[in-house]
Amino acid sequence: MFLNQFLLLAAILFCIGVYGVLARKNGVLVLMSIELILNAVNINLVAFGAYWHVNDMANVSGQVFALFVIAVAAAEVGVGLALVLLIYRNRQSIDIDDVDMLKG
Amino acid sequence: MFNMIDKVWIIPALMAASFLVILFFGKRWGTRATAGIGIAAVSICLLLSVIVAGNWISRVNHPPTGAALAADVIAANGLTPQTGETIGQEANAATKDSGETVATASQASSTTEATASEHGGEHESVPPVVRTVTWFQIGGMQFEMGTLVDGLAAMMLITVCIISLLVHIYSTEYLHGDVRFTHYYAFLSLFTASMLFYVLSSNTLQMLMGWELVGVCSFGLIGHWWEEKKNTDAALKAFLTNRVGDIGLILGVIITFFAAGGTSFNVLHINEYALSHSANTTLLLVGALCLFGGVTSKSGQFPLHTWLPDAMAGPTPVSALIHAATMVVAGVYLIARLYGVFFSGLAIGSSTFHYVAFIGGFTTIIGGLLAFVQTDLKKVLAYSTISQLGYMVMALGVGAWTAGVFHLFTHAFFKACLFLGAGSVSHACHHTFDMREMGGLRKKMPITHATFLIATLALAGIFPLAGFWSKDEILAGAANGQEHAYTIMLIFGLITAFLTAAYMGRAYWLTFWGEYRGHAKPHESPKVITVPLIILAGCAVAFGFTNFPGNFFGIKLPGGVTTRFEHFVEPTFAFPPLQHAEFTPWLAVVSTILAATGLFFAYQYYEKNRGPHGLTSRNKVAHAGYTFLENKYYLDDLYTGVIAGSTKGPIARAANWFNQNILDGVINGIGFGARKIAGVVYVFGDQLIIDGAVNGSGRGSEGAGQLLRKIQTGKVQQYASILFAGAVVLAGVLVFVV
Repeated sequence: MFLNQFLLLAAILFCIGVYGVLARKNGVLVLMSIELILNAVNINLVAFGAYWHVNDMANVSGQVFALFVIAVAAAEVGVGLALVLLIYRNRQSIDIDDVDMLKG
Repeated sequence: MFNMIDKVWIIPALMAASFLVILFFGKRWGTRATAGIGIAAVSICLLLSVIVAGNWISRVNHPPTGAALAADVIAANGLTPQTGETIGQEANAATKDSGETVATASQASSTTEATASEHGGEHESVPPVVRTVTWFQIGGMQFEMGTLVDGLAAMMLITVCIISLLVHIYSTEYLHGDVRFTHYYAFLSLFTASMLFYVLSSNTLQMLMGWELVGVCSFGLIGHWWEEKKNTDAALKAFLTNRVGDIGLILGVIITFFAAGGTSFNVLHINEYALSHSANTTLLLVGALCLFGGVTSKSGQFPLHTWLPDAMAGPTPVSALIHAATMVVAGVYLIARLYGVFFSGLAIGSSTFHYVAFIGGFTTIIGGLLAFVQTDLKKVLAYSTISQLGYMVMALGVGAWTAGVFHLFTHAFFKACLFLGAGSVSHACHHTFDMREMGGLRKKMPITHATFLIATLALAGIFPLAGFWSKDEILAGAANGQEHAYTIMLIFGLITAFLTAAYMGRAYWLTFWGEYRGHAKPHESPKVITVPLIILAGCAVAFGFTNFPGNFFGIKLPGGVTTRFEHFVEPTFAFPPLQHAEFTPWLAVVSTILAATGLFFAYQYYEKNRGPHGLTSRNKVAHAGYTFLENKYYLDDLYTGVIAGSTKGPIARAANWFNQNILDGVINGIGFGARKIAGVVYVFGDQLIIDGAVNGSGRGSEGAGQLLRKIQTGKVQQYASILFAGAVVLAGVLVFVV
């Protein structure tokens, strides 16, 4: 079993995610990019978990960790989408560049 | 009999508890309960003291041996406080430290083993029982507090307890209805506690404490009736005169501490060191003289005796207890207790410098002479006390230790009897002590008269009463005790023997014979007063036989009966090698003849009205002498007029000048300087540095804020890129550096 395909896939996903977070103006897209980053991490967790416990298939600690991350990500995206919804209601826009009221 | 000797601290503690109870509940519970508490406490103390004395006697008869002896020697030297199991080890370890102790211990044990079978030989070395606890530790020094029991302490315990008990009983009647009855009993308890604490002290610091405590009680009781200025003045005089001597005592305690190596205040340690060959005799001489300063004031030695007659302003039972029997002998006890220091320091027995003996001998004569010109019965007794204290000090000064302590013992009883008798007389005669208003009381007060007569004869030294034995022992000690005779002291002693008999005869005849000259209706005192008198008179008869000489005009009693006082009371541990004077028949005869002559002259002069009456008004020399005596050698004028007067005048002016010019100058200078310095500090310190620091920190944070606010753009993606950059840097550090 080869590990590097999975790591390569995760790295590509991570880079796409980072690009999305830093470059996109759309708040929903930023949130989706964060999901990409988290999923890249999930792939890594599952891949490493399967790799290190190849002779001990009963050990699923990597997969369980990934499940936790998915659960936390769901909660986070819930909060994030609620924020975006409220911003849209107040400003009729979801461009996060407009949301700079905390400028010092 | 159970062993009380280890737990002897209970005795003063009991009296202290009695003091506290009376102090806090006396008023509420009433006078009967107050007196009851005091009497009960002293009675228990007396019982315990008798047990202690019994323990000591059996200890002398069956001295400890082996490990027990070694442990006692170590405890006595105050080397290590030991506990049960480790005694043996510590004994070995500690005896290695001090060569002296090893010598004493082994010598003692060998002597004990040698003489265990043959009874009645020379004294074995019996170490006193010392029990200590740590009081406090400071600067690596361990200060201890504890009890020391030997024959001397046991004897003092019994003496103090008997007289204190009788005085407690006597006072219930004498002070009946007094406004400060509870106050009086509280002070009596406190005094008894302090005195017992003092005689049981195991170190000189503790002795100093006890000494000051009894001084305070003396002050409080002399001034018991403080509504009269005379009484408060007397109390103040007693206190202040004693302060003069106390300075000597404090210096003496410090000097003897350093003279004995500066490691321990332990009495036996100091004594042992003073008697060893390595002792510095100059230091010991200075220490002994300083200590003798304390003795001079407390025990009424010339020239600080002037407070004692004035102290008669206190209630008579107090005079009997404190100013005749117990507190005033604290000084004599101090010499007896630290005898090693006095013996080595003053080279008793070998030198020609007899400071202590001379002061004692001188005091005994001047006290005796002053007693003749007093009209106040108590003052006669007070000067007699001074004279007898001089006798004791003289005995100790000539090396007749046992004789001095024995005289302390016998004197306590007959002098207390005389004082209480005087109180009984005054109780009957409208509270006067003026002998000019008495006379003819022997029919009206038979019991008081009989006891007073016995005590008078005992004090005069008439065979076979207590005073005879102790006085003759002192005279024998002065005549042929040590290496050479103390001729001057012997002459002093013989003159005083005559004087004592004469002035006591005068007081006796003036009080009890002739016609009654007062205005009251004298009557015999109640039993509460007469029973203590009878007991004390009995003591005055009996206690002389406790030191019956080995060879009395050819009468040789078995060794187990004679010189018991010497056998049990004289220390055998850390004590100088004294030579004991044998009973000297010719001295006994001479002194008895002198005393009888004194009594006879007094009888002729005051009862039969023969002799040169009116001589003092006719003859100039006699008149001058009388005036000189009546003014008490002008010592009071010297103290108040010359010393205190000069102190008040020039010294006060000098102090004022010093105050105005130097002290005020210093203070003004300090104030001016402080203002100048404050100005400088304001400008440079406050304005420049402190305000600068405060303002600077404010400006600094403002500038930093101005710079940093540029980063805070409010754009989420910028924050995120900084976050990623940080994460990248962190990852780089983790991967490449760590």
